[in-house]
Amino acid sequence: MSASDKRDGFVVFDKVQKSYDGETLVVKDLNLSVAKGEFLTMLGPSGSGKTTCLMMLAGFETATNGEILLDGKPINSVPPHKRGIGMVFQNYALFPHMSVGENLSFPLEVRGMAKSDREVKIKRALDMVQMGNFINRRPAQLSGGQQQRIALARALVFEPELVLMDEPLGALDKQLREHMQFEITRLAHELGITTVYVTHDQTEALTMSDNVAVFDDGRIQQLDPPDKLYEEPRNSFVAQFIGENNTLDGVVKEITGDECVVQLDSGDLIDAQPVNVSKVGERTRVSIRPERVEANKERLKEGAHTIKAQVLEFIYMGDVFRTRLKVAGNENFIMKTRNAPDQVRHKPGDMIEIGWLPKDCRALDHD
Amino acid sequence: MAPSDASDTPTAIGNETDSKGRLLTSDGRPLRAALQRANRRRKLTALGLVAPLLAFILIFFAYPIVQMMWRSVDNPAVVEALPRTLAALEEWDGNDLPGEEVYRALYEDMLADEELPRAEQKMGPLAVRLNYEISAARSAIVRTARNVDEMEAPYKEAFLDAHRLWNDPTIWRIIEREGRPLTASYYVAAVDREYNAEGEIVQAPENRQIYVALFGRTFMMSVVITFMTFALGFPIAYYLSTLPMSKANLLMIAVLLPFWTSLLVRTSAWIVLLQGQGVINDMLVALGVIDDENRLTMIYNQTGTIIAMTHILLPFMVLPLYSVMKTIPPSYTRAAKSLGATPWTAFRRVYFPQTLPGIAAGGVLVFIISIGYYITPALVGGQDGRMISNEIARHIQSSLNWGLAAALGTMLLVSVLILYWLFNKLVGTDSLKFG
Repeated sequence: MSASDKRDGFVVFDKVQKSYDGETLVVKDLNLSVAKGEFLTMLGPSGSGKTTCLMMLAGFETATNGEILLDGKPINSVPPHKRGIGMVFQNYALFPHMSVGENLSFPLEVRGMAKSDREVKIKRALDMVQMGNFINRRPAQLSGGQQQRIALARALVFEPELVLMDEPLGALDKQLREHMQFEITRLAHELGITTVYVTHDQTEALTMSDNVAVFDDGRIQQLDPPDKLYEEPRNSFVAQFIGENNTLDGVVKEITGDECVVQLDSGDLIDAQPVNVSKVGERTRVSIRPERVEANKERLKEGAHTIKAQVLEFIYMGDVFRTRLKVAGNENFIMKTRNAPDQVRHKPGDMIEIGWLPKDCRALDHD
Repeated sequence: MAPSDASDTPTAIGNETDSKGRLLTSDGRPLRAALQRANRRRKLTALGLVAPLLAFILIFFAYPIVQMMWRSVDNPAVVEALPRTLAALEEWDGNDLPGEEVYRALYEDMLADEELPRAEQKMGPLAVRLNYEISAARSAIVRTARNVDEMEAPYKEAFLDAHRLWNDPTIWRIIEREGRPLTASYYVAAVDREYNAEGEIVQAPENRQIYVALFGRTFMMSVVITFMTFALGFPIAYYLSTLPMSKANLLMIAVLLPFWTSLLVRTSAWIVLLQGQGVINDMLVALGVIDDENRLTMIYNQTGTIIAMTHILLPFMVLPLYSVMKTIPPSYTRAAKSLGATPWTAFRRVYFPQTLPGIAAGGVLVFIISIGYYITPALVGGQDGRMISNEIARHIQSSLNWGLAAALGTMLLVSVLILYWLFNKLVGTDSLKFG
């Protein structure tokens, strides 16, 4: 991505660094560009720097070095209340001493809007989240999901072009969370607002976003659309962090274009796709998704690579079977197969042959 | 009764009733009785836990307060000492001196008192009691009673000879008025009123009006002290609430220091600081802020009381404020700012309203404590820094007018209760947070 590309983004982080104590960097050289109308998710384990980035964008933390641009203008020295960015907080932060209506009215009042205009906007915002009947309730009288909707409506009522969300669904139960994921993406797309969303929940990140930035150790490890992120992880961290993953350690024996041969520590030779290995003799960690492993010979595609495996455990999960195997010395090799009529149900102790396509087997860095 | 096999059919469980329609348990006992039995043990335990403190409070707190309130209206002295005189006075017109029969009755009362064992004699208390109403009464009664056995008829003349007060209709009006077991005269005195010659309640002479002004001053000073603790305590409580626990605890110790310092050490420190030739005055003079002749008077007056009490009562404001502020997450202020509010608006409209329960609790605590405060005003208050409790203490310790002290105390108690009631009406005590 060139420098001119970066400046085109609606939100731009340009070589941003952040340190709290002057000794360690929490955010290391962050470069990120978010297009107008894009839904970007910052995903990462806790302490990876994602929330710090969000707080810098909102103005509650200042960048130690580098520049943050909003719509082409640097905002490092703009105080939070002048940035005009909507924000949804983890605990909703609805003002407990104000009713729902007063909460929504607050951002409009501080902007000096007339009462009649305020009422129209509040009503529209509440209808948007299907909470029109709750205008006189106090936040304490609402359920978690309802509070979440009000927090969303409050962040949107003053029509910001950018909305930040800091793990907004963390406190909700699974079903409600899934429903709200859908609601939030729908609203974001309908209103055409740019959204920066922080979460540590990978499902949330994958289902909601246009692009996902995976954070670790203060850096973006990979920035890609969800499908690419899942299917083509660029390094071991991303492969491990997103979805379930089987790993086999070995050494690169041969590289030819977009194929390579890896000798596993057990001695087996397998074909793989080189991702970030460059030379013969390098240690590598090979990653295979459990659902790309197949034990049924008839279902194996042509060119599949096969290997012997011992069944250690068979778990029936309804829609899928989860079989734990011992493969090339790894006792935690998982195979996920769909519960189809012709699918075999293995027993512990069975010796079977499993296979996968070389393109699903990615040779990554070994840390 | 429900059939014995009812428990076999699932639908019947919990639906069995007796002839009166009361729910029954599965073995046929009334459900309500079973519940009571199950709860009895818990109730007994609760009672057992509460009982010692309850007894302590009843004996050492509730009972003395009732005693005090009783004393403010209790008036046994005249009734017990002069039963015959009071009976004779019933015929009196209340204008001129009473007739011979009243004086004879008084003679008989005094004589009867002579014959009682010394510990049971009633003339002493009577003299003290009447002396509250008219200042010559003590000597009149004591001197007359000493020589009563030498008196001879006609008694009227004998009494008039014995002391000039017996020649004054006022003493007779007082005896008649106070010759009832209950009296309002302590309360009359406590609000700077007195009875005139006609027995009407009128304003006391200006030089004897103390209590109303003192009540006013006590309230005013308490308001000032409450405000001062708030003004000084709010920022520190806010700062403490933003600090990590370990640092906050250390600073909290500094706030609590007044609790742990001996009162005398503190008082001498204030004297060293605040007196005319004290540290603060010396510094101001040295800096040229004030002239050497115009040194500030900051102790043994109202200023001294306010400074010292603000210091002492500060923790009572800081602790409730801190405990409330601790529960307000910083995300509220952040949310307000992200919604476009300036830091000041965010504070005023979002943060401050949420601290109100703490302010209310701290304010009520400090105000109620300071309105009844005694020791500090006594030590550094001088004359115009005294508060109503100092006057109450004076009546208990030196003037020994316990009735008046009780009346003043009861008024103080009632005014605090009224304030608390008002507060409850306006703010609601359930919103109080003491920590």
